[in-house]
Order: sequence, then structure tokens, then C-alpha cells
Amino acid sequence: MSLFSEIGGEAAVNAAVDIFYRKVLKDERINRFFEGVDMVKQASKQKAFLTMAFGGPHNYTGEDMRRGHAHLVAQGLNDSHFDAVMENLGATLKELNVPDHLIAQAAAVAESTRNDVLGK
Amino acid sequence: MPMISYDGQSYDCAGQTVLECLTANGIQIPSSCRSGICQSCMMRLIKGQVPEKAKSGLKQTFVEQNYFLACSCTPEVDIEIVLPESGVGVLAAQVSAVEYLAEDILGVWLKPSQPFIYRAGQFIRYFKDDKNFRCYSLASVPALNEDLFLNIRRVEGGLVSSWLFENTAPGTTVTISDAAGDCFYAPGKPDQNILLLATGSGLAPLYGIIRDALNRRHTGQLRLYHGSNFKSGFYLVSALRELEAAHSNFHYVPCLSEEEGGEGISSGTVLDVALKENPDLSGWRIFLCGNPDMVNAAKKETFFSGASLNDIHADPF
Repeated sequence: MSLFSEIGGEAAVNAAVDIFYRKVLKDERINRFFEGVDMVKQASKQKAFLTMAFGGPHNYTGEDMRRGHAHLVAQGLNDSHFDAVMENLGATLKELNVPDHLIAQAAAVAESTRNDVLGK
Repeated sequence: MPMISYDGQSYDCAGQTVLECLTANGIQIPSSCRSGICQSCMMRLIKGQVPEKAKSGLKQTFVEQNYFLACSCTPEVDIEIVLPESGVGVLAAQVSAVEYLAEDILGVWLKPSQPFIYRAGQFIRYFKDDKNFRCYSLASVPALNEDLFLNIRRVEGGLVSSWLFENTAPGTTVTISDAAGDCFYAPGKPDQNILLLATGSGLAPLYGIIRDALNRRHTGQLRLYHGSNFKSGFYLVSALRELEAAHSNFHYVPCLSEEEGGEGISSGTVLDVALKENPDLSGWRIFLCGNPDMVNAAKKETFFSGASLNDIHADPF
């Protein structure tokens, strides 16, 4: 069974998106990067990210990740901010009662994008 | 094989999804998961039909406007499609009545020259000439009103609104566009509670949405908070009080931010008053119209108070 279906597939993404995005927007360490962004439009990006982290289908390339975050790196996006997002992802999955070993797998998928997101 | 018409060209979809077909023909459509989850590849159907699967998971207001997901759509018949934000048609309309609703708000009734399909709360473009137009929301309800009803606020130095205030009289012919926008009442959850926040002429779409919902027998709460800096900014007050008397689930709360309230009027900004009276918005549907600063702050605060992003509808202007 794949990570995506074990976590709960599309329904899990839908359940997670509000919880995750609320945490991110309330997080003083990173919410400045979302200022002036249309929240409702941003939701589909959050869903795409969660789908990927949950081991679901996606078509992001490393290059897309670099391009999509370059303007944030220019504003100072660094490892500490990436860590904060990882923390919010873990806390979201915990809140949804996802077992620890699956949270670890999802975290590993998200972690694999770190260098591209931060333009390293 | 079914054909896909897009941007003036036709493509044989040959059993592929719309996204695969367009991509194979060198056309870039925003996309990501390609599995119907992330909704990045949303497009709009103009002609034909798409399978149910192509609409799975979309917000109800999008489904009703014929949006679908290109990645999950394998057409079975010929279709014509556009990107979500692409343009709409124009038509003539005749002004049937004009009345001052408040000192700086003009109520304009329009009779379209041809059958006009819209949902209360959507907006139209109102043209001054070929180049200049402004968007105004529809306060009328198709099932209740024969004509279209707009609330036009005079903007200091505003090119189109000043012209409208001076040149709009019964009998005048004007040019408008088709209706667009996803700020409207989608039936389906009649017992869901609904919070509606407006400042100024942001009341217009909400006045339409509320009457549409009540007419469709919505049973959940409908709580309207209308904000103004001054008492003279409240309008449609007697119509709203009458609705309140006729429907126990509808509440109208005018909010004054710069003057003392007085009877039947709350003191404070519309957002502060609404959140104080409705601290837990889990499961609520939200409509936010008017001043962009209020709308953006309210999007965030209602989301933090428990409303789901999918349930927040906003129209800043």
C-alpha cells in the first residue's frame, strides 16, 4: 500500500489543508512571506504541496520548486523558515491522528525538496 | 473522436484528457498533481458537456459556473473551453428606473436587451465608452426581480461613477457585460449557517444573496453585518428590517465605526462586531464584500475562527 493511500488519499488532503494553512498563517516566524497573497487562490498551492508530501501524485520538478520560491529566497527565506513549515506539517498530521511512522515518511518527502525550495 | 475547441483552434482529443491533449499541442495550462486533487488546472466549459468526474471536489459555486478540471476530463462529446479568467460577452440594456438609496449611492434598475442569465451577487461590467467600465454587483434576484438592480457608489473623482450619477435616466440605453464572479448563493446545504459582511455598497451583492437564499428556503442562520463610518451610509434599511420580520433566521446588524450607535445600531467595525457575536465559525459559509482592507482582514479572521477556505467567498471593491 502506498503512503498516499495509507494516509487517507484525497480526503486526507482536504482535511489537512485548512488545519495546515491556519497554522502557517498564524506562525509569526513565517507568515510575513504570505502577506498580500490571496488566501483562497493560495489554497490550491497548499493542496498541491500536501498531496506531494503525502506521497501522492505531483509533477513538480526541482526546477519548478526553485522558480516558485526564488522571490521568497530573495526576501530572506532560509532553513529556519523551512524548519517551521516542517513543524507545522508534522503538527497538522498529529492533529489528524496520523500514526508516527507515516508522519515520518511524509516529512521525508517534504524534506527532499529543501535544497530546491531554498535555491541551494 | 470528440473535438476540443480552445482559443480559436480545434484539437482531436483522441481519448486523452483535456490537459494531455492541450499539452501535446504545445499549449501551457497551469497544472500540478494531474490527478484531480490540487485544482490548479481549472478551466471553464462554454459549450458541450464534461463527465461528472471532471467536477469532483470543486467548490459548488465553481460547478454552477461550468468549471471543471482539465486533468480529470476525458471528453465524450465535442466541447468548447476557456481559461477561468477569460472574457465575457457584452450586450445593451435600458435603464428602467433610478433612485437615490443614500446620499452617495444610486440605485439603478436595468432591463437587458436579451435573455440574461446570472446569479444574485455576481457582477457585471458597466461601460461608459469603449475603453472605460466599472464592475457593479447585482443586488437583484432572477426569480424575484424582472430587472437587474445595481447600487452605484459615487467615488470622489471617479470617472465612471461621476458620469453615471449625472447621465443615468430612465430610458437611457447602456452597454453591460454578462455576469461573472463566484460570490453567490449555491443551494445544497440549506441548514448551513451563513455570515455576511459588507461595507458601503458591498451591501448590494449580499442583499441579492440573502433574498436568493431565503427564496430557496435556506433554513440556517443568515447574519448580515453592514458597516459604515456614518449613519447616513446605511441604506435599504426598511427593506432589510421587513425581511428580518418575515424570516426568523435572518438578522440584520448595522455597525457604526465612527459615530455613537443609537438604537438598533452596533458600535464598532463590521468585522469586530461580527466576530464578537459569532466567535466560532466552524462549518459556516462566509460572504465578504466591499472595502478591500476589510475583506482581506475578514478572510483571515473568519478562517482563523474556524471557517473552511472552501466556504469563504469574497468580493473586494
